[in-house]
Amino acid sequence: MTGKRSTFLLSALVFGFAFLYLPILLVIIYSFNEGKLVTVWTGFSFKWYVSLFSNDGMIDAAWNSLRIGVMSATLALAVGTPAGLVMSRFGRFKSRTLFSGMVAAPLVMPEVITGLSLLLLFVTLEQLIGWPAGRGVTTIVIAHTTFCAAYVAVVVQSRLAGMDTSVEEAAMDLGAKPAKIFFVITLPMILPALLAGWLLSFTLSLDDLVIASFVAGPGSTTLPMKVFSSVRLGVSPEINALATLIILAVSVMIVISSLLILRSERARSRSMDQATPEN
Amino acid sequence: MSSEKPTLKQRYDRLMLKHGRVLVIGLPYLWLMLFFLIPFLIVLKISFATAEYAQPPYSALFTWIDEGVNITINFGNYLFLLSDSLYISAYLNSIRIAAISTVITLLIGYPMAYGIARAQGSLRSVLLMMVILPFWTSFLIRVYAWIGILDREGLINALLLNLGIISEPLIMRQTEFAVYIGIVYTYLPFMILPLYSTLEKMDVSLIEAALDLGCKPWKAFMKVTLPLSMPGILAGSLLVFIPSVGEFVIPELLGGPNTLMIGRTLWNEFFANRDWPIASSVAIAMLLFLVVPIMWFQHIQTKQEENGQ
Repeated sequence: MTGKRSTFLLSALVFGFAFLYLPILLVIIYSFNEGKLVTVWTGFSFKWYVSLFSNDGMIDAAWNSLRIGVMSATLALAVGTPAGLVMSRFGRFKSRTLFSGMVAAPLVMPEVITGLSLLLLFVTLEQLIGWPAGRGVTTIVIAHTTFCAAYVAVVVQSRLAGMDTSVEEAAMDLGAKPAKIFFVITLPMILPALLAGWLLSFTLSLDDLVIASFVAGPGSTTLPMKVFSSVRLGVSPEINALATLIILAVSVMIVISSLLILRSERARSRSMDQATPEN
Repeated sequence: MSSEKPTLKQRYDRLMLKHGRVLVIGLPYLWLMLFFLIPFLIVLKISFATAEYAQPPYSALFTWIDEGVNITINFGNYLFLLSDSLYISAYLNSIRIAAISTVITLLIGYPMAYGIARAQGSLRSVLLMMVILPFWTSFLIRVYAWIGILDREGLINALLLNLGIISEPLIMRQTEFAVYIGIVYTYLPFMILPLYSTLEKMDVSLIEAALDLGCKPWKAFMKVTLPLSMPGILAGSLLVFIPSVGEFVIPELLGGPNTLMIGRTLWNEFFANRDWPIASSVAIAMLLFLVVPIMWFQHIQTKQEENGQ
């Protein structure tokens, strides 16, 4: 009976992962196809990569997206880390329900609604106080920071929830100030979560089409906006090449960051082992 | 002098303790208030305006006249949504497509999550990593990948034509079927991860006890495993259902011109028709429908958070 069950689970896993990975694999393979058609393999070639890099519009958009991604991810860390800290360490306070609602809602809010509402906010603010003057990189960064901060808060919160509070409590009993406890104890312990949160925010920002389309202005076309306008018409070999490069970059980034997290985890557990006496 | 110094310092510390807390809460609180909550109120306000050829293209709700504020509220947009069958069918379609996709995602995701949760040590983290990895690669590109597969001149048609199974290319892209594939494909990790975290925490001895007491495996699953994994099922389903109701990219790229979904309708009202008030009222109507599932999702999140501590 258990044999039957494990066969079922195994085939579910094989089917599931094939479903998740085959389409991506096909895009990578066909990015090296010389011909323009997806269906016919005419020979191995790098020509679509060459034509991608000579596409100035695409390069400008990529540059915009990278700048916006770095700025949004950094700001999202500044807004999201205190939010995660509040959610897991501050207990109950007035309007906590509203607070946790505002942190969780951006995770599931349909993008068209977030995009429209932020655009209307920017327009209203401009009418009232003259800022932001027009729309562009700044408004996209604010929009991305808002929804990325929610992700950072969740990552930080779940890291803090799984963490032993005894070290923080000991420091507090010994009279350390909260700010000092945070910077000396809590921050180093949640560093992997912060790294993960930053990378997650960066990729989310790099990936967003809908919200950016609402709040973008002239001259702030992002990479997804550019990709979307060329993909609307069908398959394009240049986009295959771009997709391959993005997948490569993401994979390298993930492998490096998981190695870093693993190493810091090992170092931490080693120092914990040394600190706790055998019993 | 010297005896007063510590008390001053203590006072300062106490002030910092009190206001430091307010400062830490304050920054994210204000940010989310200004850039998340207030925008919805503005959408609500503009949904009561009328479209105008102006910059910005809607009428003012509040006008200052000598004796005070004159408020012009116009329910016309909402009446228009109700009277035009296009909007109602777009809403119903979105809900139907999102619900069916959620069920398919659950049926594919549950056994996968179960298999990962029962896998051994390092294999488990590799499998989990493999679920998360596609989530990090571009959403737009993952949707795009299916264009090449489902197109009239796409891979599946080429394969089937070459094998002689079909003589005419099948029309798969620009159908509702393609939209289901797109949603299931892109949202699958959102279903697997919460399912995995409840299944992994589950006490295996409960199932063993049920089996030892002579319960059939299928019955043990229905009576023990399934009820215990309910929080994961609900969280995963809501994480898939809520955003896919308002999905724009997938119906636009994979669906046909008559695959009506409300996110697409909102986009077209805003970008093609430049009717901001109608777009706002479409957004408010969508929010009114989604408020219940969103609150439900938050309720599950807080409950899990409390159980975890």
